[in-house]
Amino acid sequence: MKKLAPALIIAALAMLPLIGLNTYLLHILIITIMWSIIGMAWNLLGGFCGQVSFGHAAFFGVGAYTSGILYHKLGLSAWWGMPVSIVVVALFALVIGFICLRLRGPFFALGTLAVGVILRITAENLTGITEGNLGIMIRERTWVDKTWYFYIILTLAVLVFILIKKIIGSKLGYYFVAIREDQDAAESLGIDTTFYKTIALCLSAVITGLAGAFYTSYMGYIDPKVVFALHDISIVVIMVVMVGGVATYWGPIIGSAIMVLLAELIRSIPKLGAAHLTLFGLLLIVIIIFLPNGIIGDIPKLKRLLGFRKSL
Amino acid sequence: MTPLLELKNVSRFFGGLAALTDVSFDVRKDEILGLIGPNGAGKTTLFNVVNGFYAPSKGEVFFKGSRISGLKPHRICALGMARTFQVVKPLQRMSVLDNVIASAFLRAKNKAEAEAIATEVLLLTGLNDDRDVISKGLPLGKRKRLEIARALATKPELILLDESFAGLNPTEQNESIEIIRNIKGNSITIMIIEHNMKVIMSISDRIMVLNYGEKIAEGSPDEIRNNPLVIEAYLGETQNA
Amino acid sequence: MTSVQLEVLLQTIISGIFLGGLYALLAIGMTLIMGVMKIINLAHGELMMVGMYIAYALFSYFQVDPYLSVFIAAPVLFGLGVILQKFLINPVMKVESILPENQVILTVGIGMVLANLATIFFASDYRSTPVSYATKAWYLSDFWKSSPIELSISFPWSVSFLIALLITAILWFFLTKTDLGKSIRATAQDNDAALLMGINVNRMRVITFGLGSSLVGAAGCLFIPIYYLYPDIGGQFTLIAFVITILGGLGSTVGAIVGGLILGIFESLTATYVGMGWAPVGRFIIFIAALIFIPGGIVSLFRKLRFGR
Repeated sequence: MKKLAPALIIAALAMLPLIGLNTYLLHILIITIMWSIIGMAWNLLGGFCGQVSFGHAAFFGVGAYTSGILYHKLGLSAWWGMPVSIVVVALFALVIGFICLRLRGPFFALGTLAVGVILRITAENLTGITEGNLGIMIRERTWVDKTWYFYIILTLAVLVFILIKKIIGSKLGYYFVAIREDQDAAESLGIDTTFYKTIALCLSAVITGLAGAFYTSYMGYIDPKVVFALHDISIVVIMVVMVGGVATYWGPIIGSAIMVLLAELIRSIPKLGAAHLTLFGLLLIVIIIFLPNGIIGDIPKLKRLLGFRKSL
Repeated sequence: MTPLLELKNVSRFFGGLAALTDVSFDVRKDEILGLIGPNGAGKTTLFNVVNGFYAPSKGEVFFKGSRISGLKPHRICALGMARTFQVVKPLQRMSVLDNVIASAFLRAKNKAEAEAIATEVLLLTGLNDDRDVISKGLPLGKRKRLEIARALATKPELILLDESFAGLNPTEQNESIEIIRNIKGNSITIMIIEHNMKVIMSISDRIMVLNYGEKIAEGSPDEIRNNPLVIEAYLGETQNA
Repeated sequence: MTSVQLEVLLQTIISGIFLGGLYALLAIGMTLIMGVMKIINLAHGELMMVGMYIAYALFSYFQVDPYLSVFIAAPVLFGLGVILQKFLINPVMKVESILPENQVILTVGIGMVLANLATIFFASDYRSTPVSYATKAWYLSDFWKSSPIELSISFPWSVSFLIALLITAILWFFLTKTDLGKSIRATAQDNDAALLMGINVNRMRVITFGLGSSLVGAAGCLFIPIYYLYPDIGGQFTLIAFVITILGGLGSTVGAIVGGLILGIFESLTATYVGMGWAPVGRFIIFIAALIFIPGGIVSLFRKLRFGR
């Protein structure tokens, strides 16, 4: 049963458009799946390999701008951004890794945060290539209907999920977790920690970049403040993983569903909209204090807490 | 015959302080070399220099005839030298088996092979019954053995053991002595730091003594036992203590 | 070099030094917290933003001069820091979790809440305190009639700079001459040893977080006569403080001062010679260069000089 669960969930999701969801619900689904992908990518680097990144917007943004620039400057379809961004983002990740991976723990986190901000400012100022704050508009939309976007992002999500599961069960996965648990021990056991951290970073970055490239095609408009956003991307992806469950397979998916629904809920209540960051921040604080390993990671703790309440 | 490990005039400074001064010695193939000295004598620093965590400030380290000083720890480990830590560093949230598999991957082509190496090592170190325990939950004695198991899984020619006996009760100590004899039986050379004199005298072929970062004596256990410099170094310590 | 070019260069360096002095005050708070608690406070800039809004509110409603608000903002921020440390950060330091970075993420959450609350209470408009001396300046020609070049020094900048120097001097006195200050430094150097010496390490942590917060609150009061204020201003200052801390050396007060000055001058030069928008990029180039070339920060260079290796 447990083995079949993923297949059943995917099949159920794939059927959804057939029953005629309205555009809004389909949009929510697409965004949720996109965030699960970014969350899975972050989790590979942060949760499994222990390198917490505060700058994943950098990779999302580079992916998004790869699509945007291919369309805007070279007149190609923005969809070419997806394959091309793999190469571009991987190169970026190599450079960023060279700089930031010499830092450990929180200092790595802040290094990546700085990189994210540098890229945003660069995109704002290099108007000749990025159009700066005007942003890039994709004028010809591939489909008016959202169904195909849904299938594309769902396929990508399934592939990423399988890829990560394969990686974690292999030598790479063992090395990533060993690095997270104790970098000195890992190094002395013959693990080239710099090399494997770079691999984790590149994989994570490329997956995030793919989501970014998809975002450009799907939303049809990007600007530096949106795709390189510190709070709305780099921090939200951390929340997605923290809420769902660090270093779990399903955590990012659960986390993304909760975060997207929560964001929509807050937006729909008129007076609350302005306070959405306060509520997100409070949620983050509460999760860190009470469920530091997320909903999936702390299932035993949750069960205990709920069971305890029942017995009262 | 070239020695397995050779240190030539190695010094290591921290800021202005010398943790090691002009230390030279070699480790011969198939022997057990004991390393003793009062607290703060520089024993662990010496291991850190040998296994690549610190580069020597002066001097050179040779392993199997080639220079290894300046190489990173993972390269030195790949060349065939493994170590344990005085303060145990298990991969806390991994099971005992996974801990050992992670280091067995250094020589294994695939997971099945890594698991086979790991099982072999767990049997040798008497941890096979605990293979599914999450290592954070292991008692200290078994965590010390897990350190040894992980080091062995990298199939080393030389293994550096840093106080693998500290904090063990007499039964556990005897088990560990047995394990170390078994390791030697598998023709793995051993260099061991140990405070427990009875243990070190009984298992070592030769012993080297460090005090204040300098080598003050080297010889057979009997020679060391009767060396006036060594007695002074240790008496000095007991008087302070 | 023509005299105009020379004027521009000198003017740029002077404003760089002023900016650097303020940056140093900002970074000292962060480096203190980092030294004692071994955590990075990513709500640091947001705490400064709170200090700025306190000065702004006092000025708008009670016509209190921003420089006098230091005496109110600093204690208020001290209290806020103590509360945050006692009830949020300290509990998390004890929680067992996969990622030790939880504490850092927690401070991000605190920063988000503070910035958002500021938006709710003050709206996201740009605010300023239109003090009478805002545009006053000293000119070199007023003091030296026959000066071949003309330099001007903004009055609020120079006052802010001098107060920052004064606060730094008081802090230095506190840390080196008083028992409490010495205990804080001991805790920063070696937590366990401090504990063995009978220092109440937990109390030192609370006090340090309060102290760091009050310093950055004071810095906020010094910035408001110069900068426009808006709720999201904090993030960039958190980054500045962090960049200086890396540049100067983690936990080092001297490093924070030198690093602050270097960054201030460098940013000022980038703004003049490359373009205003690029000043933040210059900041990060320094950051990356520091990471690659002087991983221990400027303090480590000092130490090397002293020991000759």
